[in-house]
Amino acid sequence: MTGGGAGPTLDELDTLTGEGPGPTPMEKTDLQNLQPPPLVTRDVSLRELEDAIVRPVESFPTFRWMIGLAISGSLVVLLMVCLIITVVRGVGVWGVQNPVGWGFAIINFVFWVGIGHAGTLISAILFLFHQKWRTGIARFAEAMTIFAVMCAGLFPVIHTGRPWLAWYWLFPLPNQHHVWINFRSPLAWDVFAVGTYFTVSLMFWYTGMIPDMALLRDRARNPLRKLLYGILSLGWRGSARAWHHYEKAYLLFAGLSTPLVLSVHSIVSFDFAVSILPGWHTTIFPPYFVAGAVFSGFGMVCMCLIVLRKVFHLEHVITIRHLELMNKIIIATGLMVGYAYAVEFFIAWYSGVAAERFVFLNRAFGPYAWAYWIMVSCNVIFPQLFWFRRIRRNPWLVFPIVILVNVGMWFERFVIVVTSLHRDFLPSSWSYYIPTWIDLGLLAGSFGLFFTLLLLFCRFAPVVTVAELKAVLPNSHPKHAGRLERKRGYDA
Amino acid sequence: MPESSGSLQGMVGVFDDPTPLLHMAGKARDAGWKHWDCHTPYPVHGLEKAMGLRDSLIPFLTISAGFFGAVFAKGMQWYMSDYDFPVIVGGKPLFSLPAFVPVTFELFVLFAALTTFGSVILFCGLCRWHSPLHDANLMLEATSDRYVVWFDATDALFEESEVRKFLEGNGAGDVRVVYNESDRRSVET
Repeated sequence: MTGGGAGPTLDELDTLTGEGPGPTPMEKTDLQNLQPPPLVTRDVSLRELEDAIVRPVESFPTFRWMIGLAISGSLVVLLMVCLIITVVRGVGVWGVQNPVGWGFAIINFVFWVGIGHAGTLISAILFLFHQKWRTGIARFAEAMTIFAVMCAGLFPVIHTGRPWLAWYWLFPLPNQHHVWINFRSPLAWDVFAVGTYFTVSLMFWYTGMIPDMALLRDRARNPLRKLLYGILSLGWRGSARAWHHYEKAYLLFAGLSTPLVLSVHSIVSFDFAVSILPGWHTTIFPPYFVAGAVFSGFGMVCMCLIVLRKVFHLEHVITIRHLELMNKIIIATGLMVGYAYAVEFFIAWYSGVAAERFVFLNRAFGPYAWAYWIMVSCNVIFPQLFWFRRIRRNPWLVFPIVILVNVGMWFERFVIVVTSLHRDFLPSSWSYYIPTWIDLGLLAGSFGLFFTLLLLFCRFAPVVTVAELKAVLPNSHPKHAGRLERKRGYDA
Repeated sequence: MPESSGSLQGMVGVFDDPTPLLHMAGKARDAGWKHWDCHTPYPVHGLEKAMGLRDSLIPFLTISAGFFGAVFAKGMQWYMSDYDFPVIVGGKPLFSLPAFVPVTFELFVLFAALTTFGSVILFCGLCRWHSPLHDANLMLEATSDRYVVWFDATDALFEESEVRKFLEGNGAGDVRVVYNESDRRSVET
């Protein structure tokens, strides 16, 4: 690497100012004060950066990692047990009953799909907006998307009762009854939305990993390891011709994922909004659900990254500034969610519909008031602490707040589903929904599945996109590239 | 450097810094090289222009596949709901255009994304397990922190001494000749 303090942005400034000899040292310092803070806070070479990131993949698992895997693995066993009981004895073992026909299964489904949305927001939307800070956290957040959507997909499938027959209930497959699925049903839209979301996120994630898999292949000493990563890297050689197409494709993936992620949670909210039930039948649901999804997803990303950067010693790559920026998004989306809560109440009053007014009063002051106020305090009140710079830059304080955000967002779905159902139009059928231990076991087990997959991911793939991070280091791009192009007329 | 008796595959120049690589690439392009490539650990700004690469075809394929997916989705929903087994649900028309929008949109995205992924594999030359650079143990440098340029022996301009002079004159710290060790034919383009 050459010395010299000028980063790529300085060069861009240089090309803008013309063909002069470039800024003098004094001007350079002045300009550097105007530059955004560096994305990697320690001065490292490409090789050092790469070593720091791939160390967890290339070293023997640590004791802490094994403890983590043991805990989450036990929860996966619990998940298996609860799944077997559910499948053998039927969904009657759950707490769902007559007015509350949708219980934990749909709550968990919406919760996990929402968790996934932060990953796509970071990898796609921030990419389109040229937010370079996303580089340090995008890979991990994308992995979270994939695993969260896997957890989400589990619940509707088991809710069908006989998942082995769900193929032709969910997908338009030819079958012996000659009946097709009902394309007017939001549940059928869900299948397409979540299925597409999972497939596209998986391809986006994998495409992003190909260059890093090639790096792991080339660093590998063990022949089996070399073979494995060789297959995963698809024979990537870092060729400029390949990079040329690759960058274009990556941009397209980002462009496709952006409307996709907005559509997915909108369609999830249609499951409720398209029905005629008071409390669900509201037009604010699609934007409200998308904001809530981003809110909870960032909470989860933040929570995992606080642990990860400490355990893997990546504090110089996943910096305090990353946490701060994520916390700013949390407070913004948290306010949107709070606004939606308020508007729902206003519209219930303003509509003049007695049933609508009753549902919202019942929500805040009825038998489930405890759940409602947990939701409001976790989602609207506690995130306000992030207005204080000192709090949002302190991982020890951020960690409990983002956990509360996730608790609050889970309760939000609980409130929407249960409080709208448990007191329906016929007071004689009113009841109080209580989950069974199998419901709770499935919820805990889905967390186990999520964290098990995340822990395995941290062991087998670099948690930070090495190739992208190298490209944002200062000095990683040719000096005066723009000027050279203009001089020689390289714009074929 | 490989000492085996295999046929000459090409030559590589290894750079420690992207700037001379970029200058060198511009000159090689102007000299009219066809079978050559640069291998870098990350996409280097401006290299595609310096090498004179043409625009990628991927966006065109992606949007075409997207529209195909949308038409396919509309056709599928029409066939299943209106033609093959018409069922009236909730008093809605058999061809309920607004209700068919979500699936149409999702299939647009799905088809477009699958095509993009397929195009990456096709255009980036992936799923090819053999390359002379692997045999010459150059890949670690190219995926880690150095910048490698490859001149293929099949190019009409290829002349060992000329290439060496060209590379050394343009700041390549390390110039190597690569022979085919495994006797398999492989062309790096």
